[in-house]
Amino acid sequence: MKKIINGQIQPPAVVEDHWKLVRGSLAEISNHGQSATILPFSLWRELRQAGAQLDPDKTAIWLSAEDDFRDEIDAILALPLVAIDFPDFRDGRGYSIAYLLRTRYGFKGELRAIGDVLRDQLFYMHRCGFTSFDVRADKDIAEALKGLQTGFSVRYQGSADDPVPLFRKRQEAELAGE
Amino acid sequence: MYLYDDYDKSLIRQRVEQFRDQVVRHQRGELSDEQFLPLRLQNGVYHQRHSHMLRVAIPYGTLSSRQMRALAEVSEQWDRGVGHFTTRHNVQFNWVRLEDTPEILAYLADFDMHTIQTSGNCVRGITIDALAGVAADEAVDPRPFAELLRQWATLNPEFAFLPRKFKIALSGAEEDRVLLRSNDVGLQLYHNASGEIVARVFAGGGLGRTPIIGRLICDALPWQHFLSYITAIVRVFNRYGRRDNKYKARIKILLQALGIENFVREIESEWQHLKDGPAKLTETEYRRVAACFATALPPVSADDATTPLCHDKEFLRWKKRNVRPHKIDGYANVTLSTKPGPGAAPGDLISFQMQAIADWAERFCRGEIRISHEQNVVLAGIRQEDLYTLWSLAKPFALAASNIGLITDIMACPGTDFCGIGNARSIPLVHAIQSRFDDLDYVHDLGDLTLKLNGCMNACAHHQLADIGILGVEKNGEEWFQITLGGEAGNRPKLGKVVGAALKADQVAETVEKIVAVFLSHRRESEVFADTFERIGIAAFKAAIYSNKNGSSAS
Repeated sequence: MKKIINGQIQPPAVVEDHWKLVRGSLAEISNHGQSATILPFSLWRELRQAGAQLDPDKTAIWLSAEDDFRDEIDAILALPLVAIDFPDFRDGRGYSIAYLLRTRYGFKGELRAIGDVLRDQLFYMHRCGFTSFDVRADKDIAEALKGLQTGFSVRYQGSADDPVPLFRKRQEAELAGE
Repeated sequence: MYLYDDYDKSLIRQRVEQFRDQVVRHQRGELSDEQFLPLRLQNGVYHQRHSHMLRVAIPYGTLSSRQMRALAEVSEQWDRGVGHFTTRHNVQFNWVRLEDTPEILAYLADFDMHTIQTSGNCVRGITIDALAGVAADEAVDPRPFAELLRQWATLNPEFAFLPRKFKIALSGAEEDRVLLRSNDVGLQLYHNASGEIVARVFAGGGLGRTPIIGRLICDALPWQHFLSYITAIVRVFNRYGRRDNKYKARIKILLQALGIENFVREIESEWQHLKDGPAKLTETEYRRVAACFATALPPVSADDATTPLCHDKEFLRWKKRNVRPHKIDGYANVTLSTKPGPGAAPGDLISFQMQAIADWAERFCRGEIRISHEQNVVLAGIRQEDLYTLWSLAKPFALAASNIGLITDIMACPGTDFCGIGNARSIPLVHAIQSRFDDLDYVHDLGDLTLKLNGCMNACAHHQLADIGILGVEKNGEEWFQITLGGEAGNRPKLGKVVGAALKADQVAETVEKIVAVFLSHRRESEVFADTFERIGIAAFKAAIYSNKNGSSAS
């Protein structure tokens, strides 16, 4: 079975994963039969509009950076998992989308990074609200896990993981010390 | 100066260890060149023509004597004894070995220095006025805000892979000395009618291939919202900036594509969600940071408040060009020129010069040194009575050239002698021009005249904002130089106009002479170049430059 990094548990770990990622067409889905599937956002929307009966426990979506998902946000918030695609690890749009999903819209489910997901970006991704990481297939996932284990203890600015910037903590520490 | 506490120090240490591991993994082949590239860039490591280059941050241009000595040591131990001070508050070492960079970073960390985000598609170092906190025309000291923004930008998880680099400049003075409108974001700080600190926010400025003057997008942003408002700008940029073409990826292109109204609407609507959130700055934090920059200068008695009488013509000339008023009477701000003429590249300091500057700063101005974007060194808050001594000390170190703001105070990039992306060599041309202007009386008589020279379109030396701008371009494997005239930095920024077809390297210095000759023949009294140019236009210059088929076909 396929493996991913689960960053929601402490300490983060490599775990087996049952979700099937569907990149393209409906045909792929039929092959998966009853599996839990991560559908492309646009396909998911079309299926819903067509009245398809989607199993709420076995249906997730993945977003590309271009997808405008705002109109569907209520349905998205009910999903158990949302994945965000990184077509290239240098394309940073996914960080902002993750941050917005977590903080602006309050998505509470599993937020997964897919695509060109590499060890050296995991710390930033985790800060922006990602909780699982589908590391690029040709990379050693056990090695990649170190990207979450050797993070920074100091975080100047707030993000999805902790909205409070360091300056407010410095202030509290000072008050506590007085 | 802002002093790093345990938080700041730990972050830098952890960053060194992270990079050390990345270098090892790259050497073992676990990280491809492609994957390693943005990691090393965001640690200031470039791969240049002959070697690797390390770009060290001098956050908002301020460093201590101790830090300056550390830079001298780095140049001695790991480089060839030279540091190149850039136009954006950084220093570059051009001859380092990649495998040594973790050691260098560890050494720098001992002195609270680092290379974080000195390159890459992220928020870069914040630039401010070299005279921040000491200029006579300053309303608000930008340094506390520059430090707060530095912290906000440092390892900001959301903004490490932007479409392109993002540059922020701050100024609190009447005169814009930081190119507010040639940055991605520029904040002009001032007091509103109720005496509160607010900022005019400019966005979408930039030089490079497509030079654009930044637009005003907010007239009076309260200081508490600086971080949240800039977050909104960078988030909009990160989501919607172009990623398909690196030359169209800066925020200036997004602003143009959306139009100013839509651009501002996007930012304002994003900001509404953030403005009163946890990123809102607090009075306590502002005071904590501002206190680090407060320097209490002892009052100078009336007797000592002036420079002792001195008839040394050379010194007086230096005082006229290189010394500016301090906001406290009896003190002055001194600029040491790194451009004495042929023999030294603009912005370069040899290790013993760095050490000497560190000594003088300790002796005369509490151990604080600033680097200006014109690549010179500023010592702020020098007692008037010490000026002569300082000048005498600086002379044998070739740091007393009296040419600030003059034609020989050339801003220049390192050019293809070092830089990997350059098209043309800069330094030999700088020297060729400086040699033609070696008569000091003549140069001083010319008055304020900016000459800026770039080896490529990237425009690190801001040639588009110079009276005389020179841009190196490559055509069929040959170096050509395009001349622009009439550019202006400051409060009324203006892009220079291309004068005509590009010239060959050996024609450039002579052409500069011709330009100056045209200026002199039309000059009224002691008019500065910019005013003469404004009055007579480009035609007369064009005629003089191309009169005897000097031009070429490589336009």
